[in-house]
Amino acid sequence: MTHIGLPHFLTISAILFALGIFGIVTKRNAVMLLMGIELVLNAANINFVAFSRYNVLGVPLSDSRMMVGQMASIFVIVLAACEAAVALAIVLNIYKRFNTINVDEVDNLRD
Amino acid sequence: MKLFPKVLGILVVLAAVGGFIAMDIPLYDKIFYIFAAICVGSGAFVVFSRNIAYSAFSLLFAFFGVAGIYVLLGADFVGVSQLLIYVGGILVLFLFGMMLTSNIDKLREERPTMGRLLPGVIVASAICALLISVAWGVPAWRKAAVQVPTKGTNTTSLIGNLLMGDYALLFVASSIAILVALVGAAMIARSDRLSPEDAAERM
Amino acid sequence: MDIRLTLSLVILVLPLFGFAVQLILGKMKTPADYVVDPHENPAHDHGHHANTADAHTADHTQPAADAPHDAIGTVTHDIHTAHSDHHYDFVVTKQRGEWTPADQKRAYSLSWISTAIMGICLALALFVAYKTISDPGDATKPNYYPKVQASTTWMDFKDLSTSSIKQSYTVTLGILADNMAAIMLVVVTLISFLVHLFSSEYMREPSMHGGRFNRFYAFLGLFTFSMLGIVIANNLLMIYIFWELVGLSSYLLIGFWYERPAPQYANKKAFIVNRVGDIGMFTGIMILYTQLGTLELTKVFDMLAAGHIPFGSNPWLTAAGILLFCGAIGKSAQFPLNVWLPDAMEGPTPVSALIHAATMVAAGVYLTARIFPLLTGDAMLFVAAIGAATAIIAASIALVQTDLKKVLAFSTVSQLGYMVLALGVGAFSAGIFHLVTHAMFKACLFLGSGSVIHQMHHSLHHLHDHDRDPQDMRNMGGLRKKMPVTYLTMLIATLAISGIPLFSGYMSKDEILAGAWAFRNISPTFIANAVWIIGYTVAGMTAFYMFRMIFLTFWGEPKASDIYEHIHENPRVMVAPLIVLAILSLWIPFGANPLNPGGGWFLSTWVKTPINVTPAAVQPFAGMAHEVPHEAAPEAKPEGGKAEAMAPFQETIEHEVHHLHSTGIPGVASLPALLSLLVAGSGILLAFLLFGRAGAKGQQVSWEAPRGIRAFLFNRWYQDNLYEKIFPVGLTLLLMKMLAWFDQNVIDGIVNGVGSSTVLLARVTAGFDTYVVDGLVNLLGGTAQFLGLVMRQIQTGRIQTYVVYVILGVVVLFFAFR
Repeated sequence: MTHIGLPHFLTISAILFALGIFGIVTKRNAVMLLMGIELVLNAANINFVAFSRYNVLGVPLSDSRMMVGQMASIFVIVLAACEAAVALAIVLNIYKRFNTINVDEVDNLRD
Repeated sequence: MKLFPKVLGILVVLAAVGGFIAMDIPLYDKIFYIFAAICVGSGAFVVFSRNIAYSAFSLLFAFFGVAGIYVLLGADFVGVSQLLIYVGGILVLFLFGMMLTSNIDKLREERPTMGRLLPGVIVASAICALLISVAWGVPAWRKAAVQVPTKGTNTTSLIGNLLMGDYALLFVASSIAILVALVGAAMIARSDRLSPEDAAERM
Repeated sequence: MDIRLTLSLVILVLPLFGFAVQLILGKMKTPADYVVDPHENPAHDHGHHANTADAHTADHTQPAADAPHDAIGTVTHDIHTAHSDHHYDFVVTKQRGEWTPADQKRAYSLSWISTAIMGICLALALFVAYKTISDPGDATKPNYYPKVQASTTWMDFKDLSTSSIKQSYTVTLGILADNMAAIMLVVVTLISFLVHLFSSEYMREPSMHGGRFNRFYAFLGLFTFSMLGIVIANNLLMIYIFWELVGLSSYLLIGFWYERPAPQYANKKAFIVNRVGDIGMFTGIMILYTQLGTLELTKVFDMLAAGHIPFGSNPWLTAAGILLFCGAIGKSAQFPLNVWLPDAMEGPTPVSALIHAATMVAAGVYLTARIFPLLTGDAMLFVAAIGAATAIIAASIALVQTDLKKVLAFSTVSQLGYMVLALGVGAFSAGIFHLVTHAMFKACLFLGSGSVIHQMHHSLHHLHDHDRDPQDMRNMGGLRKKMPVTYLTMLIATLAISGIPLFSGYMSKDEILAGAWAFRNISPTFIANAVWIIGYTVAGMTAFYMFRMIFLTFWGEPKASDIYEHIHENPRVMVAPLIVLAILSLWIPFGANPLNPGGGWFLSTWVKTPINVTPAAVQPFAGMAHEVPHEAAPEAKPEGGKAEAMAPFQETIEHEVHHLHSTGIPGVASLPALLSLLVAGSGILLAFLLFGRAGAKGQQVSWEAPRGIRAFLFNRWYQDNLYEKIFPVGLTLLLMKMLAWFDQNVIDGIVNGVGSSTVLLARVTAGFDTYVVDGLVNLLGGTAQFLGLVMRQIQTGRIQTYVVYVILGVVVLFFAFR
């Protein structure tokens, strides 16, 4: 009998989430920032799938309700792909305009 | 004597692996720990490595580990989608983005300053602690039972039916979102786009 | 659906298809030798003198044998450096690319698609007309019902609470087929087809079409489509929609040479003047719609016949009729909106033929005929008066014009006045008859003039002469030897328009004059008498000025022998339409006996006067009806007396016309016909004496500016100048002065009063402000500044900082609310 339960998965997810946040906060390269964002998204996705796998309510669910989490994760993956495409296009554009992708130097929003 | 630490490292790793294999726990648990280690380890490498190329490649392994976690969670379709889209698509995108925006010989980032590192460490550990405490702190979650769809463990047909049924609208909407994102990305990244000044000049 | 309606729809849609094909497949480029005429200046020329040639554009071309080919932009630019307002040509030339011979070839072959489409439309229209006219129709229905019609409800507003008739308000779309529509279908498609054919040669030179050859054909298609839509519509809404489309397409075509100032001015003028009439038409439609809840013509007539008159009062019905007729005033260039049509001559000549013969101006007469049953007696008198005024004014102006196309333009206005006059006096069939015959001979005349102008233009082009006007009759003369076919066909058309027996014009014009005479006999009012006299006067004037044109253009000695030398007959594709139209200007298409129009099949069977649906009290001749039947046809109505008072007016007038036809020499020429023949003959004789006979004084070229009455007529009774003074200048000035007065005295007074009281109040508040409010504000400001300085440190502009804040915020919130 396995000892692995829902909290294990949530722990993995939490660690990945924290790593992603750490990456976002500390990196200066825009591409690295995006990688951090992808990690955060994956962490959230693990949560979705995990909650879809384990019945936390204690009442039997229909198949389609059981699948809600997985469906959400699929849409997250899809939209993450969109996000990555657009974000990288923006990064390319920033690079063309400022000749750098260092986010510290692209702080025109401040003025 | 650079060799010695490496050999030691390898030995330690081998010992750990052997110990792990010898451990008397169910196969499922072993596989879980393997994938968890892959996830966490390569995820950590992604953010701690200062070479952007290494980061990108270890991101691949992180994604792979996450895909394994999905499969362990009975979400085979999501796992395969993860492999296809993240590993096959997004990662390639990252590699291109990386290569198009950096000099190949300047892939290494400079060491992060303390003023940058400190908030990161604080925030990351805080959120990590918070999430883990919540994950283990809810009793209902700890004793939650596995639920399996009545139609069997093959989720692909179930997901297909749901996409064409309950989620049809969302499905179409997300397809439109993809289209818009693709066109928009192409539009933004276009190289011959005029800057406003140039456009005004050409008029 | 009935086959006739289906085919009508096909006929309607095909030109639109042609339009689309030409528009999509056609290219727009700029030919190398296409240069805007730099000598034209809109400031001093509004049309009454030096009306620039149809083909004038090319007169100033410098094909530049010496200039390098790729420097065309520069060449164009140099020509225009003195005229800063033409600078954009340079840009256009550069942007569009150059019109190559390959483009020309492609455009030319593409244009035949449109021509073929019009040919198909013509064939279908002939079939529809045959089917429709051979159909006896439903005798149980009132005769304003078409032979067949189909409608579909577009919008249904249900029963509005404001409805006074307690029925639903619907908007329907639908088409009909009756004799009048069928005949107009044939006329429109025929003229359009011939114009397409004619244009293929006339507009062929790149200097003529300016790289927009297919655009020209597209607009022709759109124009035809719009006109066909008016013809087959069975409700006022569709008529109005297509009406505006006609306005649009005429705008596009009149301004086809939009690089030149004169067409720019002309198409704007046409468009705006038409809008004035359309406002009236729209108001009329709204009166009917708000009161009757439908726009379908037969339903409107049914409801009116059932006594549902607008607002329950007869003057409103009269007003509705007159307002609807206002649309016709605009489109058919009736007085007082007659000013746009002569300026519309700035379009290419085939377009003039199309506008003047078949489409735009016919639309007004057609609309009047469509709404004919709801015109009350007063409204009809108004129509007749407008028609007569238009006829006499335009005819008098045409007497002295020197521009070939101007003569024809004013002649058109005058003839349209005739048609409107005919409808106004109740000679419905005669009016429609004249519309058809006029379409034929006027199209012939216009295409003939186009043929002449084409040659004149070529000749001038050959001579590199850029100053003489190819449209001016004072540069022509003696052309009949050089252009025999053009001369003969134009002569036939001229005889037709003058009302000479054996030609179509005699039959229709005679009927109109007989109708006017009958009208005068039945109700001898001042207006009726004036209409009658004007009708005959204009007949004489028409004969005079038309033959003056023929004599000046084709007879006598060549006035400019150098031009004359290079003139020769046009190619067959231009001449063939002339011949077809000349044949159709003979009597035979309309009746067997040329001397008896009433017996011809057109009048006797094809077009019948619809009955009048207005209340008996306001029908035409409402006051006189009791006595007329005794005079006119006592044996036909044996009951007599009181019962006759209810006789529909059109029977009354038909009796009277029959009565008139039996006068004079019975079976050969009635009294009205004899009189009109006399008048026309004297007109022709006078024209011959003044202009035709060898050594006539009129043949001498006079380039002096006209004086006295001639100047008055030549300048169109100064109507344009007057309008210009009144509307753009005078009215605006008056309005501005009134507004200025209002501004200075009323608004300024209020403002000043408010101002001084405000000053007082301000003094009081200022003290309060300085000491109390400012103190508070400064306190707040200081606080805010301090806080801002602090918070500014947080706002770094870096995303990462914000992420940190967000995460910290989440953690804090979690612990705060757990």
